[in-house]
Amino acid sequence: MAQNNIDNIKDHAELFHQDEYQELFAGKKEFEGGHDPDLIAQTAEWTKTWEYREKNFAREALTVNPAKACQPLGAILAAVGFEATLPFVHGSQGCVAYFRSHFTRHFKEPFSAVSSSMTEDAAVFGGQNNLIEGLANSYSLYQPKMIAVCTTCMAEVIGDDLQAFINNAKAAGSVPQEFPVPYAHTPSFVGSHITGYDNMLKGILTNLTKDQKAETTNGKINFIPGFETYIGNLREIKRIASLVGVDYTLLADNSEYLDSPNTGEYNMYPGGTKLEDAADSINAEATIAFQAYSTTKTREYIEKDWNQPTSVVRPVGIRGTDEFLIKLSALTGKPIPKELEDERGRAVDALTDSQAWLHGKRVALYGDPDLVIGLVQFLLEIGAEPVHIVVNNSNDVFETELRALLDSSPFGAGATIWGGKDLWHLRSLLFTEPVDLLIGNSYGKYLWRDTKTPFVRIGYPIFDRHHLHRYATYGYQGTINLLNWIVNTLLDELDRNTIIPAKTDISYDLIR
Amino acid sequence: MTDDSIRQIAFYGKGGIGKSTTSQNTIAGMAELGQRVMIVGCDPKADSTRLMLHSKAQTTVLHLAAERGAVEDVELEEVLLTGYRDVRCVESGGPEPGVGCAGRGIITSINFLEENGAYEDLDFVSYDVLGDVVCGGFAMPIREGKAQEIYIVTSGEMMAMYAANNIARGVLKYAHSGGVRLGGLICNSRKVDRELELIETLAKRLNTQMLHFVPRDNIVQHAELRRMTVIEYAPDSQQAEEYRTLAKKIIDNKNLAIPTPISMDELEDLLVEFGILGGEEEYERAIKEGVKAPAGVA
Repeated sequence: MAQNNIDNIKDHAELFHQDEYQELFAGKKEFEGGHDPDLIAQTAEWTKTWEYREKNFAREALTVNPAKACQPLGAILAAVGFEATLPFVHGSQGCVAYFRSHFTRHFKEPFSAVSSSMTEDAAVFGGQNNLIEGLANSYSLYQPKMIAVCTTCMAEVIGDDLQAFINNAKAAGSVPQEFPVPYAHTPSFVGSHITGYDNMLKGILTNLTKDQKAETTNGKINFIPGFETYIGNLREIKRIASLVGVDYTLLADNSEYLDSPNTGEYNMYPGGTKLEDAADSINAEATIAFQAYSTTKTREYIEKDWNQPTSVVRPVGIRGTDEFLIKLSALTGKPIPKELEDERGRAVDALTDSQAWLHGKRVALYGDPDLVIGLVQFLLEIGAEPVHIVVNNSNDVFETELRALLDSSPFGAGATIWGGKDLWHLRSLLFTEPVDLLIGNSYGKYLWRDTKTPFVRIGYPIFDRHHLHRYATYGYQGTINLLNWIVNTLLDELDRNTIIPAKTDISYDLIR
Repeated sequence: MTDDSIRQIAFYGKGGIGKSTTSQNTIAGMAELGQRVMIVGCDPKADSTRLMLHSKAQTTVLHLAAERGAVEDVELEEVLLTGYRDVRCVESGGPEPGVGCAGRGIITSINFLEENGAYEDLDFVSYDVLGDVVCGGFAMPIREGKAQEIYIVTSGEMMAMYAANNIARGVLKYAHSGGVRLGGLICNSRKVDRELELIETLAKRLNTQMLHFVPRDNIVQHAELRRMTVIEYAPDSQQAEEYRTLAKKIIDNKNLAIPTPISMDELEDLLVEFGILGGEEEYERAIKEGVKAPAGVA
């Protein structure tokens, strides 16, 4: 075989180009009765047309390449932000294996979560016994301080009642009575990962803050990141808050968990928001969320049940960061420090330096609602023009908000919001109405391959590029990161387009 | 979140026992007494509100959700109708017979109602639930924070009592972890021998009460033909008075108990005792005489 020489192990990228594999592939194609290459090429061309686009957009029941994930994924991301918390997924093992690998592929970190291993028996008789046994095992094997339970499709279809099951499990001695086991119903077939984040965070806060309401406030501000996958953002928020001198509680802080130092010793639960701090969050002055659509129910709960004011700010770009700092200053009465003012000045300067390359650039982007709003805020600021905006897990309130944002700038005039559409729709859009730049997660690489649109990876998941999640997109420093990724992608593309000697290289400039 | 001051009740019972008729007539009686009530029909047949609305069947939550593609696209006003004496009516609906999952349908509908603020400005919410507690979905109305009082509609017929006992088992399962209690049996008379005593005895065995004995009266059918409750169709009739009494009993009911369901053997013994079933001896004798009816017997 091709890999039988230990001194010459071939890389995946070369291995399959050897004769024996090529013969194998040819044989496979013949066996399967594959189509004629000409017909394939012809059909591929046809998918680039307006005619195909119209057929594509007439799709009703089929999703091709969705740009969203399911609820439990978000739920367990919320859970690991709390100190020594084990996410427990009530459902089959396959679901939780998928969530874990999804995070591990993005963060390149271990991710611990357990399941109640439901099988056909549990589907027929209900999952209570699995939950009782699973909680007992998790508690004794992994010694968490809290177990956060969410559900999957199977448990939801058969109607398992988590609250009753957890009470029964405590009565059966699986975990001590006072041990916190918050829960959230997170059917995968409703909403998306951002809904799951919201449900789980609300479940955890409801559990931990029970009977914790004090007479006076603790003077702190709560920060809720939402479904945040940029560890740099959490660190940036903390840095800014410290610079301003704000006493805060981050609900919840998974930055250590998802980016822990390699000390040579495995720690199952690095970092996380202390449970007593989370319990005391009910007594804070106010809550600021950095995402709206992954915190809707949580904010409603905080307003109603805690009587605490909440607000949403997205510290993306100059204006977004300004808004955040002004909010912090207004809530605490503290001035904005000079250090941050200098950072602002540097970011503005950087934007001005690159302005000529960004102005009027047509952009397509896709992602979660809040990410998209943040990016559009930034794009409008730099004079780029959003054209196609695809949000698979969209809703009416979001579209109204985004529309108002687009209407606030002349650069937003040419944008269309494609709510509920997928990446196959976006492919048609890019072919029929080409743009200068595409922004999205790793799945966008297939659109880049097909349409050759310059592509910047921003979003979740990013599986095929390393370390991007360590950077911030928030704050003035995050603004420079966004600018760096975007402008340099455009400049790379310009080099590629001016690369032919004696033909296009008259513009192959050293200085851009 | 649901307002704690709302009393949430549920009617369960064997299919065809007259749950929907009994519940709607009772609720008409409650409405007459000034109670603000919402009916949540949890039966794919969607016949829990027809007497209130004078219609064949109202548009259900799941029907609209299926049409639109997602329950998020349904507006509360489209499915929450106001019927007789301002009783609010919702039907969860469900899939066609033989496909899909009706239980999940109920979960989806009730979540929809909660999220869209249907549980406001009410004294009572009443769930009318199909047949038996056959799966987790049909237990949704008795989860924590939902119906706390269960009323089982039954008659002196054997299968109705089987079902009643089974429902008591379902209630028991949830009673230990939550606050759900059995409020009583309602006997919808089928004119079976010694029906009153039989149901009273069964109620006692189940650690509850027979809340009311509703006699059989053709006027119920007359009213149903006109898609009305008896209280509306014949307000001065004796039967209307029966439903009013039942309504009052439910409003005043303080006897909420954790049920003590009995085993199949005990239930059969009870039926033997009341002469509905023959005992083991009679069974043996009958088998000896032959397992097929003799020729010529229709």
